[in-house]
Amino acid sequence: MAKQRSPIPLDAAFSCPAGELLALVGPSGSGKTTLLRTIAGLYQPEQGHVACLGSTWLATERRYSLTPQQRKIGIVFQDYALFPHLTALANVQLALGHLPHSERTLRAKQWLANVRLEGLEKRFPSELSGGQRQRVALARALAREPQVLLLDEPFSAVDQVTRRRLQRELALLRQQISIPIILVTHDLEEATALADQICVLHNGVSLQQGSPEALFRRPASPLVARLLDRHNIFEGEVTSVNGQKRLQWGDRYLEVAVGLSDLPQGERVTWYLPPSDIVLHRRDRPSQGERENPVAATVHEMVVLGGITSISLRVLHGDMLRFDIATHAARRNQLALGEQVYVSLLAAGIHIMSGKHVAMSSRHMSSNNLSSNSQSSTNMPSHHKRNLS
Amino acid sequence: MDWTALSVSLRLAGLTCLFLLPVGVWLGRALATAHFRGKGLCEALVALPLVLPPTVLGFYLLQQFGRDAPLGSVWASFTGGGLNFTFSGILLASLIANLPFAIQPIQRAFENVPTNLREAAWCSGLSPWQTFLRIELPLVWPGILSAIALTFAHTLGEFGVILMVGGAIDGETRTLAIAIYDRVQAFDEQGAARMSALLLLVSLTTLGLVYGLAGRRRWVRG
Repeated sequence: MAKQRSPIPLDAAFSCPAGELLALVGPSGSGKTTLLRTIAGLYQPEQGHVACLGSTWLATERRYSLTPQQRKIGIVFQDYALFPHLTALANVQLALGHLPHSERTLRAKQWLANVRLEGLEKRFPSELSGGQRQRVALARALAREPQVLLLDEPFSAVDQVTRRRLQRELALLRQQISIPIILVTHDLEEATALADQICVLHNGVSLQQGSPEALFRRPASPLVARLLDRHNIFEGEVTSVNGQKRLQWGDRYLEVAVGLSDLPQGERVTWYLPPSDIVLHRRDRPSQGERENPVAATVHEMVVLGGITSISLRVLHGDMLRFDIATHAARRNQLALGEQVYVSLLAAGIHIMSGKHVAMSSRHMSSNNLSSNSQSSTNMPSHHKRNLS
Repeated sequence: MDWTALSVSLRLAGLTCLFLLPVGVWLGRALATAHFRGKGLCEALVALPLVLPPTVLGFYLLQQFGRDAPLGSVWASFTGGGLNFTFSGILLASLIANLPFAIQPIQRAFENVPTNLREAAWCSGLSPWQTFLRIELPLVWPGILSAIALTFAHTLGEFGVILMVGGAIDGETRTLAIAIYDRVQAFDEQGAARMSALLLLVSLTTLGLVYGLAGRRRWVRG
């Protein structure tokens, strides 16, 4: 039955310790929402394992699965799924089934006050703004005192200003609750701003999990880099110069801080450089780090976006370096199309992606994460596997 | 005014609503939410009385109700009586003829309840039964009301099927609609006019009440 209904093959594993926020990011159709529904018990993958607070919620190998009612989850749906025939207060009250009747009204009022909706208890969802609805949904999700909070693109249905405010509120709320929070989003900026950990998904496969910083500096594969909207991905070859391993890139022999020593000479590799590790040399006077991998290039493209200028440089063999600098810095350096400039590629920033073993290394990473977190009793590891035959 | 006929009509319409309501809710919900083989066929069968001429439906029922037919003999073995030309017979015929009126509005109403409302209720800790009572039922209530109204009004006006299987036995199967026909046949235009006016009034009041009630929900607006 599940075979016909599911067009998405899944092979994903991730974990989230208590008090942390894990963002599942990926293009639409990458299985983010399906994974969230699996945690909630609304979807049953062929093979899967979900555990929270040390208790198992789903273990398909044992044919064990708790119902959504038995799992203590709070979920905010993309369209909030508020009950249209119930007031804001009644929507929250409904999730307080674990309390005696006499306490429910008071607690529901408290939850609404927590999300700054006092005075709007009697309103129906149709009488609330998008942002207010989202807050009611959040209050309802938290009212259950869940062991994990699941957020399915909770900011996608509101305008930009409201979104910023709600994101801020979520960041503040996180300081009050100490449960794992899993956020599904396709917005990288949102994930970077809110998440402690990001798990990158593609076609149902979890490619890499790590902190935003780690992911943006050291994406596990060209695919991850592409999904994270990274540029500066190049091909190179491992060579040796005076007994030292170097990365040959065009006619340059680049120093690399880590990752090169284990690779055999002659191996072709894909490498990545974060834009922050491209240092533009000042023209009037030499700057620090000038000796580190200096590269000559011509300015190919300059796009001014307010205070930031996005610059593309073409190096001799045709590859394109892309980075952003402050617009005033671009002016001071008198950058103009066709001009020749020098940049340093910082050796510490160069990240060698071993193209062949990508999947394995990312799997290894996430399982490391899982075991390192499993000492604390409040982690939320979940593992799903599904193959389409 | 044929008060006996009016009483037969009201009894028939009331009982038809009473019996069809649970069927309509159950089948309407199943057709709206479940996916199963033969669903299309099932929906076609439910809708069939809408397009089938009442006399055709009545003809087949008449055949099935006979004591030699399977349905008629089963009925006879349980009750000892026959179905043709009895109140039980026209009630059974009315139940079948009204299937689309009872099921379709409820099915449409269930189809309009977003799936994730059910899921949100489950995730809030509500059992499937609580979800049905506290979330689904209030949301499909207008559909249920219009199913009742349509079934009631349609039963009052049903003519062909009732005449085929019930004839026009006074106090047993002669409904108001048939009585009107009989009055006209007997050139009693005044009697027919009074009963027609009554039927018009009852139908209009029923529908007006139901639609008036259905429109009085604050949360629908906005």
